[in-house]
Amino acid sequence: MADTPPSLYAAREPIFPRRVTGFFRSFKWWIMGLTLGIYYLLPWVRWDRGPNLPNQAVLSDLEHRRFFFFWIEIWPHEFYFVAGLLIMAGLGLFLFTSALGRVWCGYTCPQTVWTDLFLLVERWVEGDRNAQLRLHKSKWNFKKWRLRLTKWVVWLAISVATGGAWVFYFTDAPTLAVNLVTLNAPAVAYMSIAVLTATTFIFGGFMREQVCIYMCPWPRIQAAMMDEGTLTVGYRKWRGEPRGKHKKGAKAAAAAQAATVYDFANLPEADQGSGDCIDCMACVNVCPMGIDIRDGQQMECITCALCIDACDDIMDKIGKPRGLIDYLALEDVPPPPESPERATWKPRPIWQHILKPRTILYTALWSIIGAGLVFALFIRSDIELTVSPVRNPTYVMQSDGSIRNIYDVRLRNKSGDDRLFHLSLTSEETLRIGLEGTETLSVEVPANQTLLQRVYVTARRKDAAASTDRTDLRIWVEDLSTQTRTSAATIFNGKEK
Amino acid sequence: MSDPTDKKPVDEVTGTETTGHVWDGIEELNNPLPRWWLWALYLTIIWGIGYVIAYPAWPMISKATPGLLGFSTRGEVARDIDSFREASAARDAQLASADLSTLADDVELNRYAVSSGAAVFRNNCSQCHGSGAAGAKGYPNLLDDDWLWGGDHASIAYTVRHGIRNDSDEDARYSEMPAFGELLEDGEIPALVEYVRQLADEEYDASLASAGEPLFADNCSACHGDAGTGDREQGAPNLTDAIWLYGGDRESLTQTITYSRFGVMPPWGTRLTEAQVQAVAAYVYQLGGGEADTPSN
Repeated sequence: MADTPPSLYAAREPIFPRRVTGFFRSFKWWIMGLTLGIYYLLPWVRWDRGPNLPNQAVLSDLEHRRFFFFWIEIWPHEFYFVAGLLIMAGLGLFLFTSALGRVWCGYTCPQTVWTDLFLLVERWVEGDRNAQLRLHKSKWNFKKWRLRLTKWVVWLAISVATGGAWVFYFTDAPTLAVNLVTLNAPAVAYMSIAVLTATTFIFGGFMREQVCIYMCPWPRIQAAMMDEGTLTVGYRKWRGEPRGKHKKGAKAAAAAQAATVYDFANLPEADQGSGDCIDCMACVNVCPMGIDIRDGQQMECITCALCIDACDDIMDKIGKPRGLIDYLALEDVPPPPESPERATWKPRPIWQHILKPRTILYTALWSIIGAGLVFALFIRSDIELTVSPVRNPTYVMQSDGSIRNIYDVRLRNKSGDDRLFHLSLTSEETLRIGLEGTETLSVEVPANQTLLQRVYVTARRKDAAASTDRTDLRIWVEDLSTQTRTSAATIFNGKEK
Repeated sequence: MSDPTDKKPVDEVTGTETTGHVWDGIEELNNPLPRWWLWALYLTIIWGIGYVIAYPAWPMISKATPGLLGFSTRGEVARDIDSFREASAARDAQLASADLSTLADDVELNRYAVSSGAAVFRNNCSQCHGSGAAGAKGYPNLLDDDWLWGGDHASIAYTVRHGIRNDSDEDARYSEMPAFGELLEDGEIPALVEYVRQLADEEYDASLASAGEPLFADNCSACHGDAGTGDREQGAPNLTDAIWLYGGDRESLTQTITYSRFGVMPPWGTRLTEAQVQAVAAYVYQLGGGEADTPSN
């Protein structure tokens, strides 16, 4: 037992991921281009909605409390669309995680995408892994300063662009861009840019895998959604072990090179007794998380699949089949070598890992909610009303003994021009409707606005409703120009006995 | 990092370093926290010290330490109120001189008047008239269509400005009903009560009511009118409608006639700004009882 207790805190181990090429790397470049392209350019897409409305395709208009998405316009009271989209996002995450593991982490998480971009800059400025290692160990001379400052400046430029793009989603982008440059933009815009610039710069440049390991809850949550049948990035231990140095003579067994599935019946003699892993460390060197995938499943692994590319490259070179590191299910392990079934064993086909009750259930739920939202989107009307009865007091006695109830009616005109709304009511009892401020039953609601109208419903002294505790009624509103109508049910309170 | 010659105790099962602490044979594993996490903790402590110096923090006997920046939530509210006052100064000036009878034509100003009037009402009027303006016994309901002193814009604004039956404003609306308990004979008051109930279309005793009719003509009609329909010049209530300020039951009516009533409202013109008076008048007007404005010459 040591006299001095071990340190309870550990410094970050620097990681210098090596450049890698291959299918997954290319796929990730495409996803990076797509996601960053959408993020940076979307606020600049224009969409003509006519006069009085913003012409920005995607706009979260905080000032007027509207959300615009191309042809869709969401009002604050329709926030259930956002709730629905969040539920769909959650279910989508369940679906993908149960079928394909942490693909969100590996391919589309902003932390991953921006870190990838920053790594690209790092390699471009400082060189690949070995050059970076040398620079890391060298003294702070002119060259080190020059390279570091260049890298930081480029990172900072990306960070400013990232923070800058964010604020364009909340107000008209071209106007704000001019205001930002001429220092006329609101303080909150500069603050948002500053905060997002700082987080991008620090998280992408310096924190990197620390964010995933120590700050993000998803690794824990997603790990709980995976099962032994989930496809995830892993190392075929049964194939790779025992590891050993590559023996030149084994190259004679290049016959298996083209095989995509390992042929157990025809293992080359030379390979008997030693695994396919030649311990070249390629998988470790390319890992942006700084882990060894051969240690098995671990929380740090974001399943970016770069180790698959790295290992496949090596397997090609030494004439072994690809897939020593691969997308695999943990349950797909062959019987032990001495078992006679091993020769005929084959891993379960991919589709069986993807099409399973859980994923089908998630897909069904996801589709139902999605269909519901689309349905709700199409049945939305241009006009709407909400009725809130004034219940302080519940009724008012008029001088002629009639009983009046007051309702705050909010009339929404979602169309682009002013509309005349006509109000009426239906009830089984005799009730009369009136509007505050006008003798008529019509009121003009300005374009794209909600109008609060005080509405009076009256029962005459001798009417049954006047002395009935609760009478059902329905208030109707009709847009006189289009004949669209809608209604809301409410209650009339009579005089207490 | 630790000295390589120092042999670290390692847990055999997990291969994890241990802290060397053993309890009943159970060793504590050491999964070190990242060092930056510790820095983050120190940073929050430094931030906390800075905060305590800059902002009000330590509670003292009468108040907390003020902090170097001189921040106070009270000051913040005062600043907010000032900034709102400043922002609405132009509209307040406009409203103070506006003709309320044509206010509805100016949608923007009308909306401002009604919503700021609602705030004035809740702060100053709701204590008697209720937050929903429904009033209470002795405090008129402002939602109905019955008005003692008139329900057009100008009358409402006058009532708000000068009040009713108060000593502090000589322009206050004033009238006083005599306490008839001292003026009438025994038995005459019950007869009057029944006649008043007959006027109001309530259930009544016919013989008593017919005895009350001449008494009403002699004593009450001067203010309440021959038909009992009241007189707004004197704030005399209409006795024929369904609305009673103090109650229409026999007990309340007997008390009203015997002892009289003397409802007082303070003048608000001295406490509120002219814009606030106009605003609260506009608010009360649109609650449900507003009467057509007589065109002023």
